[in-house]
Amino acid sequence: MYAYDEIDRTLVNERVSEFRDQVKRRLSGELTEDEFKILRLQNGVYLQLHAYMFRVAIPYGTLATNQLRALAHVARKYDRGYGHFTTRQNIQFNWIKLAELPDALADLAEVGIHAMQTSGNNMRNVTSDQWAGVAPGEIEDPRIWSELIRQHTTLHPEFSFLPRKFKIAITASDHDRAAIKIHDIGLKLIKNEKGETGFEVLVGGGLGRTPFIGKTIKHFVHGRDILSYIEAILRVYNQYGRRDNIYKARIKILVHELGIEKFSREVEEEWQHIRNSSLQIDDEVIEDIRSRFTYPNYEKLPHMPDELRQAAADGDFEAWRKNSVSPHKVQGYSIVTISLKPIGVPPGDATAVQMDALADLADKYSFGEIRVGHEQNLALPHVAKRDLPALWKALDKLGLATPNVNLITDIIACPGLDYCSLANARSIPIAQELTRRFANHELANLIGRLHINISGCINACGHHHVGHIGILGVEKNGEEVYQITIGGRADEGAALGNLIGPGVKFDEVADVIEDVVEAYLALRERPEELFIDTVKRLGVEPFKERVYATR
Amino acid sequence: MPLVNGGKIADDSFVKLAVDTPLPESGDILVPAERFLGDADALLKRGGKIGVIWPNNRDIAELVPYLGKVAVVALVFPTFRDGRAYSQARLLRERYNYRSELRATGQILRDQFVFMLRAGFDSFEVKKQADAEAFMQTAKRYSVFYQPTGDGRITALHRRMQLRHSEGVGT
Repeated sequence: MYAYDEIDRTLVNERVSEFRDQVKRRLSGELTEDEFKILRLQNGVYLQLHAYMFRVAIPYGTLATNQLRALAHVARKYDRGYGHFTTRQNIQFNWIKLAELPDALADLAEVGIHAMQTSGNNMRNVTSDQWAGVAPGEIEDPRIWSELIRQHTTLHPEFSFLPRKFKIAITASDHDRAAIKIHDIGLKLIKNEKGETGFEVLVGGGLGRTPFIGKTIKHFVHGRDILSYIEAILRVYNQYGRRDNIYKARIKILVHELGIEKFSREVEEEWQHIRNSSLQIDDEVIEDIRSRFTYPNYEKLPHMPDELRQAAADGDFEAWRKNSVSPHKVQGYSIVTISLKPIGVPPGDATAVQMDALADLADKYSFGEIRVGHEQNLALPHVAKRDLPALWKALDKLGLATPNVNLITDIIACPGLDYCSLANARSIPIAQELTRRFANHELANLIGRLHINISGCINACGHHHVGHIGILGVEKNGEEVYQITIGGRADEGAALGNLIGPGVKFDEVADVIEDVVEAYLALRERPEELFIDTVKRLGVEPFKERVYATR
Repeated sequence: MPLVNGGKIADDSFVKLAVDTPLPESGDILVPAERFLGDADALLKRGGKIGVIWPNNRDIAELVPYLGKVAVVALVFPTFRDGRAYSQARLLRERYNYRSELRATGQILRDQFVFMLRAGFDSFEVKKQADAEAFMQTAKRYSVFYQPTGDGRITALHRRMQLRHSEGVGT
């Protein structure tokens, strides 16, 4: 965990009082809605279909238990008793009153949580691997760098009014759980041949109306230069990114229009001017940030404790353990993923009661730490294996032990037309119906790893382009129509999915998905061949033939 | 539209000229970039101070040969969501060492003052009277800054280093 010091706390409090002034001026009419809109967006406040929506940042997906309790408190006191975890490690509240927002922010500030730059055309919450610091085989903990970048990008005086939003993600593992290739800047922590820490820098990834996979702009930027290199990218983008058309304003379009070679030359030129400036980070500064991340005092524990051996007889426990428990870098410990995708519930939602109870469990079993992943699930990052059976029982009581992590019912979905004023179609009801169709755990297990991503409009908040199966809701002649793609992925092999055929109506979506899955089961070479690999091997055609033959 | 200069509401001695306004005999003038570059030598010889209004989509490097001779560079915020002039301002101050008045014009609200001060602006054509009056108070709203810029305010990272070292001395 990163511990805020007095300096960080002061800034958050100053931001709260600034926002309080802005809300006051809006309520008194001193600010027009047009003026206020930009200001509230800078602080995570959207106007949705029914009310204001409030998005709170969870930098790089790390939460302490007192912070999770504060989120539960906000859900209870200012909202309707629940929150919604998003694909960028944020949490959203859907029913907040404008006049109460400053108080909600002040309550969150007490535990070092804020909503700065969770929307608007600025640098958004820096995201990272939800297993950072505990995954085996990591180069080093990417959160040290995430925090440095978080600080550098917070209230940046030059880049707070960019052409469009700007998202940075960081991974330190070969297996990319942070989806860096679909970010404006993706950073992969690596070591050079001298053993020095630095980054492979990718730029220009993103989904939305015109999706692109990020391209490598520089194979190695030394850690001490990372802030100046990011600043150089942003300065080029701030000046030359398009501002005439909101759909062409992301950096991916600039990179595409200039070409990566020309764009990287521009950045390089700018970088040479600023790399030897006060933006250079010396080792002492990095060590200072590192020193404020605390790590648990792990015990020396056996690889296979008795408790685990005994619990293995319980089929339900074993199903959960095999699905939701992952290896930890320290022997005797595990990472536990907590599915926020129970059958029939909107993906990513958690009630205040669940949040509070989870905080208690994290205190008891995970050294007071919780993680949030971009798949809209949570994780307890340091669970002793001997505690797994007891933890499972407690989670099961809370409805948080659905053993469907990475399976077909572990669906990513945006809020869609049920909440969002941009949406053209519903997302959540599609997700709910699909979880019902595949509720049988045996069936889901037989199908194996399969990610379904659903967006209710072209803005792609549900990351449909990179779902193994992607579902995009659009509006056609006043009706919701869904386009279905297959073969997308968001990991280190990131790819955009391909359409399998004409759009289908709301009522037909689940049937079509069942047919796609049936086609896969018939087409796969062996049970271990994942859906995504079968699609890669065979292409879209055989799926199309089978699914649309009878339609 | 009130002008804030040197931290307080001030009279503006400059008259803004359009591309084709006849040149007044005397007095301080602000001239659009296009007109300035077209006739810089003659304009600079004239009595009275001269400033240039620089659009946010034109390379600021073109102005470099004249930076020692102009009294004001006015950068433009056509809407307050268009942040290109922040980059121009920092380049002027930090790369090209421009030291005279750097003015923010266009849609300026109190909510941008801190960003603008940090980017190097020192005068502001403020849209609303109440915001101009609140300048000093708003400018002091923040005491913590995470990024180094040419304004020289100490960053959080370096303040931590100082604290650490001063603690070290005591022990």
